[in-house]
Amino acid sequence: MQHVSPIREPLVTGGKTYHDITEDVCRQVEAKPNPRWAAAFAISLVGLAIFFYSVYRTLWFGIGEWGLNKTVGWAWDITNFVWWVGIGHAGTLISAVLLLFRQKWRSSINRAAEAMTIFAVICAAMFPVLHMGRPWLAYWVLPLPNTFGSLWVNFNSPLLWDVFAISTYFSVSLVFWYIGLIPDFATIRDRATGPIARRAYSVLSMGWTGSAKAWSRYETVSLILAGVATPLVLSVHTIVSMDFATSVIPGWHTTIFPPYFVAGAIFSGFAMVLTLMIITRKVFHLEDYITIEHVESMNKVIITTGSIVGVAYTTEFFIAWYSGVAYEQYAFLNRAFGPYWWAYWSMMTCNVITPQLFWFRSIRRSLTATFIISIFVNIGMWFERFVIIVTSLHRDYLPSSWAMFSPTMIDVGIYVGTFGLFFTLFFLFVKFFPVVNMAEVKAILKSSSEVTHTSADTMHGTEKELNTNTHTHHRHE
Amino acid sequence: MNKKFVLGIYDDEDVLLHAIENIRAAGTKIYEVFSPYPIHGIDDVLGIKRSRLPIVAFFGGLTGMSFALWMQIWMLGFDWPMIIGGKPHISLPAFIPVTFELTVLFSAFSMVIAFFIVSNLKPSLRVNMLDKRSTDDKFVMAIEVKDGVTDLSALNELLRSNGAVEVNEKEVVK
Repeated sequence: MQHVSPIREPLVTGGKTYHDITEDVCRQVEAKPNPRWAAAFAISLVGLAIFFYSVYRTLWFGIGEWGLNKTVGWAWDITNFVWWVGIGHAGTLISAVLLLFRQKWRSSINRAAEAMTIFAVICAAMFPVLHMGRPWLAYWVLPLPNTFGSLWVNFNSPLLWDVFAISTYFSVSLVFWYIGLIPDFATIRDRATGPIARRAYSVLSMGWTGSAKAWSRYETVSLILAGVATPLVLSVHTIVSMDFATSVIPGWHTTIFPPYFVAGAIFSGFAMVLTLMIITRKVFHLEDYITIEHVESMNKVIITTGSIVGVAYTTEFFIAWYSGVAYEQYAFLNRAFGPYWWAYWSMMTCNVITPQLFWFRSIRRSLTATFIISIFVNIGMWFERFVIIVTSLHRDYLPSSWAMFSPTMIDVGIYVGTFGLFFTLFFLFVKFFPVVNMAEVKAILKSSSEVTHTSADTMHGTEKELNTNTHTHHRHE
Repeated sequence: MNKKFVLGIYDDEDVLLHAIENIRAAGTKIYEVFSPYPIHGIDDVLGIKRSRLPIVAFFGGLTGMSFALWMQIWMLGFDWPMIIGGKPHISLPAFIPVTFELTVLFSAFSMVIAFFIVSNLKPSLRVNMLDKRSTDDKFVMAIEVKDGVTDLSALNELLRSNGAVEVNEKEVVK
């Protein structure tokens, strides 16, 4: 079968069998809610309440509830939008890009990472929609006929490209995630004891039987979806970066933005995956499936993308000087040494310096250190977007209109509220959906578990050996 | 009409693959094999042809691309031409992002819908599983029994000698 080098670490530890995987993953779906889960879910609901209150204020009183002014017309909202979208990208990277590269370690984390993608995109979408001021007219961004009171939408505008990019990304990710869930829903359905659970998972599993033909098609569909999702994920953050890059604002109008944004997105996304996974594996006792090896692999992605982001920051500075454009130079000096210096240096510290600690193997393999650094990266990447957006806008071409931005409680409330929204969805997911892709982990079990690493390859044995196997199994029955 | 099956239950993918080869070589027709996860190499031994779903994806993508280009060119170039940023009415480079997104969207959705249709996947309350353990940890080989034609004891022996840990009979009411 597939060859795995003996020096590779096992991806599934603890001598698990196929049935153990089913048991371990289905346990939290079938058991009564664990108190720690209930407490965490209650806290998320408080966050969700904050979200609804802040949205209510924004809708009832208007965008004036936010800290925006005539100079800084984009601030926390777009910062949060880009931040959340970026976080989502790691999920697609794990589910699609690593599938194409045949990275088996993706199997046990792809489900949760994709769920994170979908919930993060939902949170991201809240910001541009709320920023419209009249979200009930949000459908005007679609190409609708003129009788609706507007002309056709402007297909030359990156903001419109964003509409298409984000909605395509969301729907394709959702479908990809759901296709992967179908066989696992079937597993839960066939184990279900209660009538409600059996019916619910029957409907969700869409009559999946696991026949060889269906699996063959399933694999084809997964591969093609991965193939289209890979350029899709790159296009989404490229287009997000074009919201800035196609404008004529100093500090935004640069060609480095698309690759720089994509690297940053993967960087922040992996940090968020780590933050969530370290908690999930602990709470649901999935240490044998999400191992230190997985954490280390993700940390390697973080150090790579973190270094790319670091190079991008330096390049931007160099090009500003090299371009000889006074406005561009001022924009960058103002970023580093102007009134928002603290945001700039927080970004530099969190994004460029802290991930470099992962060059040490002991730090890469330490859960505590990884958890702390992943939080740092999340903070740093938020500051990156804040720095790009606010510092480029607040001192524009006309010094008489220079202004500072400070958020209101409603700005803070919406941001904190999206965490409530995100975690509410995430906690519902971990309770009702299989949090690890059982089918895929079972598929790699023979080549990548501890047991097969130690036991000899007996499977190509003679018929005699097979018969003895048969007898030993009979004893159990 | 009722259908009768003999089910050979296996608990290892490699034993199963060898069994499929031997049983097919013995001239027995295998109705279907059920497994908890996709087994590499099972397509070849069972003689499953490569899925044609990628073709659907390709033509779906082609449709999406054509639709997106037509939509943008017609709307901004013919239906209501406007000068935007001094660019031509039909500025193709600016139309690329939306064209790309719709290509991906149509390609993914057409393929997934085709997958649901050909695999007969639809929300349903009742599912006929021949053996429920095949979504957990067992591999189930189903062989259809034709009354008066199939020699049950020989079939039983064939399955067991090829590593089946259990052999069951099951009748499915249609």
